[in-house]
Amino acid sequence: MSDTNQAPKSADATREDAALLPPVDVVEDAGGITLYADLPGVPKDRLSLHVEADVLTIDGEVVLDAPEGMELTHTEVGLPRYRRQFTLSKELDAGKVKASFEHGVLTLRIPKAEHAQPRRIEVQVV
Amino acid sequence: MYYRSLFPRDLLAELERLQRDVQQTVEPGPSIRGQRRGYPALNVGGTPNAVEIYAFAPGLDPATLDVQLEKGILTIAGERQRSAVPEQATEHIGERFAGRFRRVVSLPDDIDPNSIVARYRDGVLHVSVQRREETQPRRISIQ
Repeated sequence: MSDTNQAPKSADATREDAALLPPVDVVEDAGGITLYADLPGVPKDRLSLHVEADVLTIDGEVVLDAPEGMELTHTEVGLPRYRRQFTLSKELDAGKVKASFEHGVLTLRIPKAEHAQPRRIEVQVV
Repeated sequence: MYYRSLFPRDLLAELERLQRDVQQTVEPGPSIRGQRRGYPALNVGGTPNAVEIYAFAPGLDPATLDVQLEKGILTIAGERQRSAVPEQATEHIGERFAGRFRRVVSLPDDIDPNSIVARYRDGVLHVSVQRREETQPRRISIQ
């Protein structure tokens, strides 16, 4: 699993395409990979998870209840969108991804395919 | 955040402002509390009737959040637990914030400390502070 967001894909990405890179934690154990992503301000129905070929895309739109006519005077979250992509490696089973989303934290569990489960290999001393 | 000069011919001042903005995003600010940006990230906005503060604080139990207003200073504090890494597991990426945090916002003088509402939704703490009524704009009739 590698992060493909480090280099912008194309320089002519439109302004609407601009998005913030959400911070993530990725933990791997014998059964698979768990990914946690911080997506504060994204309601459940504005979160989109997408796997195409071996690329996992997390896309979320920020919705805040701002009163009418509000002017921002200080901004640290300057774009209303998060996006991040990861390349999944072959042994991960993208069809069995489980997701939960609570308080702006996305938890993804990507199990390893059956054939990729660890097996102990006997080392023979000759 | 972006201050625009009313006198657009002053190009040098505009350039200076731009340089200041760039510097601020790159260098740590002169704040005594160190970081200019930290956890949670803050957006602050205002209307003629209220001041709105948005703290982007995902993954918290709202009951553990400590929001205080004292002498016009709003403090948001709490602690975020590190997500547990089970034994025999490897952490490949660890970017999310964990630990104790405290952020402080100095509010304008015309706020009413008795009418403050805080809500936590989708990982965002929204604090809304009303301005005092006598300071709200009103039309003055000319006699």
